[in-house]
Amino acid sequence: MLRYSLKRLISLVLSLAVASLVIFAVIEVAPGDPATFMLGLNAQPDTVAALRTELGLDLPTVERYLAWVGGMVTGDFGTSYTYRTPVAGMIMDRMWVSLPLALYALTLSTLIAFPAGIYAAARRGKPGDAVVMGATQLGVAVPNFWFAMMLVLIFAINLRWFGAGGFAGWDKGLWVGLHSLTLPAIALALPQAAILARVMRSALLDILGEDFMRTARAKGLSRRQALWRHAVRNAMIPVLTIIGLQFSFLLAGSIIIEQVFYLPGLGRLVFQAISARDLIVVESVVMLLVFAVIAVNFLVDLAYALVDPRLRQRT
Amino acid sequence: MNRNLILGGFLSALVLLAALTSFVWTPFDQAAMNIPDKLQSPNALHWFGTDHFGRDMFSMIMVGARTSIAVALLAVGIGMMLGIPLGLAAAARRGTWADELIMRSNDLVFAFPSLVIAILITAVFGPGAVNAIIAIGIFNIPVFARVTRGAALSLWEREFIMAARVAGKGAARISAEHILPNLANLLIVQGTIQFSLGILAEAGLSYVGLGAQPPVPSWGRMLADAQTMVSFAPHMALIPGMAIILTVLGLNLMGDGLRDWLDPRLREKRP
Repeated sequence: MLRYSLKRLISLVLSLAVASLVIFAVIEVAPGDPATFMLGLNAQPDTVAALRTELGLDLPTVERYLAWVGGMVTGDFGTSYTYRTPVAGMIMDRMWVSLPLALYALTLSTLIAFPAGIYAAARRGKPGDAVVMGATQLGVAVPNFWFAMMLVLIFAINLRWFGAGGFAGWDKGLWVGLHSLTLPAIALALPQAAILARVMRSALLDILGEDFMRTARAKGLSRRQALWRHAVRNAMIPVLTIIGLQFSFLLAGSIIIEQVFYLPGLGRLVFQAISARDLIVVESVVMLLVFAVIAVNFLVDLAYALVDPRLRQRT
Repeated sequence: MNRNLILGGFLSALVLLAALTSFVWTPFDQAAMNIPDKLQSPNALHWFGTDHFGRDMFSMIMVGARTSIAVALLAVGIGMMLGIPLGLAAAARRGTWADELIMRSNDLVFAFPSLVIAILITAVFGPGAVNAIIAIGIFNIPVFARVTRGAALSLWEREFIMAARVAGKGAARISAEHILPNLANLLIVQGTIQFSLGILAEAGLSYVGLGAQPPVPSWGRMLADAQTMVSFAPHMALIPGMAIILTVLGLNLMGDGLRDWLDPRLREKRP
């Protein structure tokens, strides 16, 4: 187990190193000099040069890369070009919106998908299965930002159950905060729930054909008991993988949804930073999201190995 | 032929027909503004209503189909052109460092949140259809590489490949002449799925202003325009949304249907 974990850890660090190189390179070749952009086209060349020195833009590329990576490891993400505040603080502030939103959406998606998937698998080939599968086909075809607009139209504008956008903040209490994240979370959760329900159903169907399921029925368990005690538990492995992947997807996917609801999350931060050429913020947020994806995959791998000893043998 | 294939094929053909017809005929000039007629609900003259500039939405949807199809199709093309050779090479050199390198790079691309990178690429190199195609296409490469390698690996174990090797054919020739033709069905099905994902991605990028730029119409930007008017002109959001949903639904159904039709062995296993 230790050997396995160590191998996964090395591959995690390698992936992060390559990812940071790629992100840095993309930003590096980006046209437009941040200093010129901040000061405007009519700025004096010596003012621009002074600002470049101040921002550290005149240092050699390698040095700037190392400074960026070294800073991130120690929690110092640098200083925003436009806001002149530490990037780490800006990201933390936005995380308080994006992270709860992703978790909220993941919870909703799981709550919808599990019963739907189990129901469909239990009624395989019957009308109930067809209805659930049809609904999931529709679910994966709906763009989440369009669904978000429809939710706003119905529940915010017509029924006035929710605000049409913005975030109330957490200082007014948990419920107020959750309430203002509800519509965005539903919009994010729906397409994910459709995918998850399909995975749940097919994982269950695979297991229902196994010999031990026949044994379970033979020893006198009812269909329902066999399904819950043996099949659902065994179906968890593929389902957990997808949930792990979906979490990182939701975190990144909230970018567009945040635009629809004017939520002050990471997504809006990235868009503002991109339009203001605040490249250090863009770099750091993208790196953070990549880190989240890679770290979640790493944890899922470890969880597998804990559950299934056979996997530890393989690299 | 099965129900999925017929329904999916019908929907997809409808969209394709609308896109092709728009080259020679649209009910109105899609770019012509006509302020007095603005924000009309669907009616006999304007079948899908008009937008806030009085443009005919039926014509805009028809021309917008062109953008969606072109972007998604080219992105699938990029993914296939690079991903399939990579997957074939990895399978032919299975177990070697080349295989390892290709597959680890694949994992790495998968680790990038695709939407964020697409936004990064279009934002850094400027918004526009071409950059949207590249951004979406890059993420199709590892998908095709992985599918190709996975299926090719099991083919390499088969007797007819062994026969080809005994006959003196090299790995490259075997890949091209024996492996690839046997993967065609699988790749067509995957292509259909990636195509539908591309349509969704293009709509998302255009919605945030990073896809096709005006005056090229796109469904995503129609939705962005509709956002502030959704309360008094809901058709502006409903109609482009329906266009996207029916297209993606059609392609997904067609993908499922094609899989069942081309390879009956998979029929029971589909998720």
